[in-house]
Amino acid sequence: MIEIKNLHAAVDGMPILKGLDLTIASGEVHAIMGPNGAGKSTLSYVLSGREGYQVTDGTVAFKGQNLLELEPEQRAAAGLFLAFQYPVEIPGVTNMTFLKHALNSVRIQRGAAELDAMEFLKLVRAKTKELGMSDDMLKRAVNIGFSGGEKKRNEILQMAVLEPTFAVLDETDSGLDIDALKIVAEGVNALRCRERSMLVITHYQRLLDYIVPDHVHVLAAGRIVTSGDKELALHLEEEGYAAFAERAAA
Amino acid sequence: MPDLIPISSPGAAPADWLAGWRTGPAATASETPEWLQSARSAAAGNFERMGLPSRRVEDWRYTSLASLAEQNLDWSPPSVDVTRESLPALVFGREADCRLVLVNGEVRPNLSSIPNLGDGVVLTSLSNALGEDDDRVLRFLRQRLAEDGSSLKILNDSWLLDGYVLIVPDDTTIDMPIEILSVGTGGVRPPAYQPRNLVIAGRRSHVTIVEYHIGLCIGSYFANIVTDIDVGPEAIVRHCKVQDESKEAIHLALYSARLDSSAQLDSFSFTLGSRISRNELRVRLEGLGAYCRLNGAYLVRENQHCDHTSVVSHASPETSSDQLYKGVLDGQASGVYQGKVVVHADAQKVEAHQMSRALLLSETSEVSTKPELKIHADDVQCSHGATAGELDAEALFYLRSRGIPEIRARQLLVEAFLNEAIDAVALAGMRLPLEQNVVRWMAERSGP
Ligand SMILES: Nc1ncnc2c1ncn2[C@@H]1O[C@H](COP(=O)(O)OP(=O)(O)OP(=O)(O)O)[C@@H](O)[C@H]1O
Ligand SMILES: [Mg+2]
Repeated sequence: MIEIKNLHAAVDGMPILKGLDLTIASGEVHAIMGPNGAGKSTLSYVLSGREGYQVTDGTVAFKGQNLLELEPEQRAAAGLFLAFQYPVEIPGVTNMTFLKHALNSVRIQRGAAELDAMEFLKLVRAKTKELGMSDDMLKRAVNIGFSGGEKKRNEILQMAVLEPTFAVLDETDSGLDIDALKIVAEGVNALRCRERSMLVITHYQRLLDYIVPDHVHVLAAGRIVTSGDKELALHLEEEGYAAFAERAAA
Repeated sequence: MPDLIPISSPGAAPADWLAGWRTGPAATASETPEWLQSARSAAAGNFERMGLPSRRVEDWRYTSLASLAEQNLDWSPPSVDVTRESLPALVFGREADCRLVLVNGEVRPNLSSIPNLGDGVVLTSLSNALGEDDDRVLRFLRQRLAEDGSSLKILNDSWLLDGYVLIVPDDTTIDMPIEILSVGTGGVRPPAYQPRNLVIAGRRSHVTIVEYHIGLCIGSYFANIVTDIDVGPEAIVRHCKVQDESKEAIHLALYSARLDSSAQLDSFSFTLGSRISRNELRVRLEGLGAYCRLNGAYLVRENQHCDHTSVVSHASPETSSDQLYKGVLDGQASGVYQGKVVVHADAQKVEAHQMSRALLLSETSEVSTKPELKIHADDVQCSHGATAGELDAEALFYLRSRGIPEIRARQLLVEAFLNEAIDAVALAGMRLPLEQNVVRWMAERSGP
């Protein structure tokens, strides 16, 4: 699905990612954990093509394509989705309008027909309900006045509507109460299938009880320093990164 | 698409750009009543002394009219033969049930469709109203002529040939919007025209006016429009103006309104056209509890200059005013918002708010903002604010990351920005066409 090799990236000329390697096969769910400031969000922004993030070395192949030469919207059309750690507020654009433009833009780029207003409404209502969100949130401006948890749920709603083949969830669990965490995890699990992969960035092992990963990686100082199975997350939780890093170095 | 009436360029600067004005109505001894003739010539004398406002005049600091005097204006343009078919049958997608048409400032009954608007309602031309000696019109006009004003108001005072007149009697509600379609045309030389419009809304009356100012040419012309409005006690006047003049035109419009107790004026202006435009609102909240809302949205590009100036006087207690102007500027365009609020000494419990926001799509566009508060009472709530900035890069990336192409994402953000002002338009049927124009304007942009 995605193959990241020797990725180096800088923000404002400051190197953040320093030779990151990561390969995720179709159908797999990988988790990335790591200390604050390690470069996890930077990785997610580099993958989605945010301006200001310069790739200075390395390659990213996404379904055989060179991901790095695509515009952000082309990446989305190719099946990439990033659930933002800090979802953006857009005054004056309703959630409904936003979702409709997003879905139809992606459909057009994928060569599918646009949905008309009725078809879209039906689809989005169903997804909204599945995620335990009220229709009222569709009429409100994107993320304006949403609580932290509502914003995260809104990210998952967008994911459910756009049906990406590779989703990066950047700390989607932080700010969620326990019930919301379950709902979001169910939403994510519902999308799991052989054709779809995910990269789950989190600080908490708890999320991984619900979204069970195939592999867990530790990202520190711009590189993947350790990889393992879901047990790794449990060890990290017990020891903390510092002790873990010390032991790993020993 | 209407027929384009070709127009020559403004040509070389004339030796005396006012030559044609000097031989205009103020100089012509005609059968008009003596008071009118003396008002014209007094105004003409005043204008001779004042001249065009220079940028040293505080009110005109940001808007230069120097290019006006460089045009070989035709002050008494020949009547242009405009046909009904050449007028856009649907302006902004709306079919008008009631429409009064002016061509170069002159009312054209043959192009207008005026149904019966109810007992005592008058919708006619100024020339007609003067000819019929309508007492309400004469009194109102004389009052307004006696007031001083900027030299452009005085210039308009010196002309007084035509314009539209709308009188709504007490306790009368007109449901159907009154559409005023003002058409500027070209000519061998750029026409200058100066309509004087009068609106008198009686006690507890309700009326909605929709003005379109469009150009049936691609060339230059000069419109100096003055509209005097009187809103009676508890009356509500809604005014929606769409200015889509030729991109070479100079459009200067002054709306001077007086509001009686508990009267309301709801004004919205939407600007797309003109090389230089100024929309000036002077509102006097004279009666207890009078309220005005002045909103505007503008989209300008290339070398367009768009000026919104307002002066709101709170002369009575419990009066309030709200202003919101939103502009999108591209290319080398410039925008101006000057908002002056005056609160008189005994006008307590007054609320006055103004806000101007501009979105700059290019590095070469600019906006100047000047709020001015003169408050002589103490129990007053006033606020003002101004912002100018680029499109939010984070929001743009967020939209693009969801698959929305960059151009469409920019369009969405610009629409969203203007909708805050457009949403306030009281006439629901107007909103969609206005929004569609925003979409069209953005679609016409070449770059990102
Ligand atoms: N625009 C920027 N300018 C300067 N430094 C930046 C910028 N963006 C990110 N950084 C720095 O890059 C480093 C990595 O940040 P990043 O957001 O990727 O960390 P993270 O692993 O996601 O951390 P967290 O767990 O706190 O979310 C941090 O030291 C951060 O301060
Ligand atoms: Mg982060």
